[in-house]
Amino acid sequence: MGINKEDIEKLYEEKKVEAESSGYKLNPDVDFTLGLMEGLLINEKRYGYQSCPCRLASGKIEEDQDIICPCDYRDADVAQYGSCYCGLYVSQEIANGDAQIQPIPERRGENEEHKGVDSSFSSSLSLPVWRCKVCGYLCARQQPPEACPICKAKKEKFERFM
Amino acid sequence: MEWKHVDGEDRGKVNFFALSTCIWCRKTKALLNRLGVDYYYIDVDLVTGDDVDKVRDEMGRWNPMLSFPTIIIDDDKVIIGYREQELKEALGYGDK
Ligand code: SF4
Ligand SMILES: [Zn+2]
Repeated sequence: MGINKEDIEKLYEEKKVEAESSGYKLNPDVDFTLGLMEGLLINEKRYGYQSCPCRLASGKIEEDQDIICPCDYRDADVAQYGSCYCGLYVSQEIANGDAQIQPIPERRGENEEHKGVDSSFSSSLSLPVWRCKVCGYLCARQQPPEACPICKAKKEKFERFM
Repeated sequence: MEWKHVDGEDRGKVNFFALSTCIWCRKTKALLNRLGVDYYYIDVDLVTGDDVDKVRDEMGRWNPMLSFPTIIIDDDKVIIGYREQELKEALGYGDK
């Protein structure tokens, strides 16, 4: 759909650097991952933002905020299923080839507030806070990250802080 | 609203709601093509105008989450997500 190869590869390199510098892993299947880059670029071209290639966007940015990649559901899906909904971001285990990607049920719309703002102040306070025992990094999310985005310590190095 | 037809072996009525950008839908199309089964698909993200609501309503009857891929066999069995084995079995290609 008129997306050129260089742009796809450029986005791939950007995503890869971004992922690795913040403790995430991209799917090691390069063809698969390039296919997702193409989808992101097609969406950027027609909607003006990189909404999730595997989800139906409304085309209205207010309604699609939660599915702009990386979407609000990435961390929970990587923690629970080993990959994000599309299979772009994967767990260490899958990155190493020790586990396979499985089909993931759609998490969006589980709590009906997804349309628009769901990251309100009160809802973020309801998340547990995790502390990296190596560098002291704190984050509020359902599960600790796969790797600390600051010092790259593994998930196991996190403790529940609040 | 235009369904695209892919000619092949008759294994019942196969209707497939897809997204043109979805990697799992692409894999599903590749699998159906490889099996050589007769099917109809629609890329829901490419639908325009009045058909947008129509296709969402129709798809919503089978899968209210509007998630992809959604495959309906004989207006009865609904397979959501790329589930290779389940899909093959439902189409009678369990051993392929
Ligand atoms: S599911 Fe993966 S690819 Fe899709 S928006 Fe979320 S993080 Fe990006
Ligand atoms: Zn740390």
